[in-house]
Amino acid sequence: MDLVSTVLDGILLGGLYALFAAGLSLIFGVMRLVNIAHGDLIVLSAFVAMIIVGALGLHPLVTLVLVVPLMASLGYGLQRVVFNRALGHDILPPLLVSFGLSVFLQNALLQIFSGDSRRLHAGNLETWHFDLPGGIAVGVLPCVMFAVAVAVITGLQLLLYRTKLGRAFRSVSDDQETAQLMGINNAHLFGLAMALSLSIVSVAGVFLGIRANFDPSIGPTRLIFAFEAIIIGGLGDLWGTLVGGVILGVAQTLGARINPGYQILAGHIVFLAILTLRPQGFFPKTR
Amino acid sequence: MTKAVRIERSTRTSRIFGVAGLFLLALLVAAPFYSGRSELYLWVEVFCYLALASLWNLLAGYTGLVSVGQQAFVGLGGYSLFTLTIFFGVPPLLAVMLAGAVATLFSIPTAWVIFRLKGAYFAIGTWVVAEVYRLTFAQVSVLGGGSGSSIPSQIVQSIAPNRLARDNLIYWTGLIVIVAVLATIYLILRSRWGLALTAIRDSEPAAESVGVDNYRTKFLVYLLTAGATGSVGALIALQKLRISPDAAFSVNDWTVFVIFIVVIGGIGRMEGPLFGTIVFFLLREFLADWGPWYLMLLGLFAIVITLTMPKGIAGMLADRFDIQIFPLRRRVRFRNPQDTIGPGLTSALERSQKS
Repeated sequence: MDLVSTVLDGILLGGLYALFAAGLSLIFGVMRLVNIAHGDLIVLSAFVAMIIVGALGLHPLVTLVLVVPLMASLGYGLQRVVFNRALGHDILPPLLVSFGLSVFLQNALLQIFSGDSRRLHAGNLETWHFDLPGGIAVGVLPCVMFAVAVAVITGLQLLLYRTKLGRAFRSVSDDQETAQLMGINNAHLFGLAMALSLSIVSVAGVFLGIRANFDPSIGPTRLIFAFEAIIIGGLGDLWGTLVGGVILGVAQTLGARINPGYQILAGHIVFLAILTLRPQGFFPKTR
Repeated sequence: MTKAVRIERSTRTSRIFGVAGLFLLALLVAAPFYSGRSELYLWVEVFCYLALASLWNLLAGYTGLVSVGQQAFVGLGGYSLFTLTIFFGVPPLLAVMLAGAVATLFSIPTAWVIFRLKGAYFAIGTWVVAEVYRLTFAQVSVLGGGSGSSIPSQIVQSIAPNRLARDNLIYWTGLIVIVAVLATIYLILRSRWGLALTAIRDSEPAAESVGVDNYRTKFLVYLLTAGATGSVGALIALQKLRISPDAAFSVNDWTVFVIFIVVIGGIGRMEGPLFGTIVFFLLREFLADWGPWYLMLLGLFAIVITLTMPKGIAGMLADRFDIQIFPLRRRVRFRNPQDTIGPGLTSALERSQKS
């Protein structure tokens, strides 16, 4: 029964990893940009939420009303002012720019907030749980995270395949020049994609802060988790990314059960094994 | 028969720099006789960063393999040094060279797996592998586990009985490593291989179409840089005499700084790392006390340089003033000054054949 509960924990943890990954996957799909600062932006959102909790005394989940628009505006601005200038046929400039941004963010957070561990306190939500038959206790928070991940991915799918904006995203993804000829303003559209990505990042950041301690240095590891979920699931498929997150989550909780030191290592090893045996992931979609 | 054209590689500046370089080398060889301990220590650090940056530049600047995981081989080199000296009794200075071989061995399966990823995903893939090595060494208790270990004093003594002689030997080893790394890169870039690498840098499909085996070339360059990076890692560990997983596999120390050096100096040019290392150490000497501010500045600097000066300092010097230190470029020189590349070249060649 203990094993069942470990696996269940891993599956639910996969929801959080899918949230980390969805925003990264979106901007890669739209503009072929791999944002190395993605993990640091997740941590930044957690800190922004922490400030708002401190200033207004809101529940961390309620702060999303403010964090999402703030991060979305930051995303739009960053894209227009910085990333758009780096995009082109060469992959190196966007990589280097986001790398520079990552180092900048980490150290700016360190300077402002020090290296101490922080937490977003969510009251009863942290401890609430319900019992399944067989004496398995399931936390409400992991279930909420998983449900939110499913909702975010459903929303993204609807947006991409049912709306005019989604059609524009897909056309730019297929062929930037032709999309521009059809009257799409690529620079603006990329800004919107980054804004959307950072909106999802905000949600991920707040959940990260409620679930566990965070400090300015943990961003890169979140980027790696997001990346692993995307590759395991298969590039370009959002539901695949959720499956990838779940596989990663289960690998980590099982690893941690054997030895706490193996938690992250087990996730990496499963990722490398899948990369070796099935490099296209489970649900490949990119051309 | 006099040829109408000849191919020239060295320029006047490169010849001047060549002579100056030999002079500098002589000064560096003799450095232990006129420098203090702390200067020698700093020089070895400079050698390590210059070597890491030159190797990363060969990898990313020429073959387009943007690795964010070279700390994997720095750490492997360091741990190889510890393992070889402590458990196999290998003399430390020899172990620096052998560590390179160990790193090369590890790089073969690594390359085999991560070469499935392309472009930016390759970058993060290399990072994952480096993390795997870091977390694995943190579990190896005979090497100190997560907290690391120090080289036992009898092994330190075996390098040389007193501290002064030891410092000098480590310094000279560092000098040998950096000269070997730069000479190897220089000779590679001047060879047929270098021509293939430059072709891949400029356009992969074009390189493939003129008969370059891109995959094989990239694979070999990856192994070569991994091995040399391993030796540099062993040198770093030998200088510090201490190793821990977090320090040996640090992404900040061995990859972030190295990438900044190459980007600021000029990527895809052999001179780049040279200029970048000078800028990096100047900034560090003046600003390191500022802690996070210094790193924030470095991050901003990298963004601004990438956006406004994508070829870095070396690229700017080459474009504006036609300055290149290493004679790697081939130029066509005409006997008749009116001839130019293009139609003129053909006619000049024709005339030279007639005469």
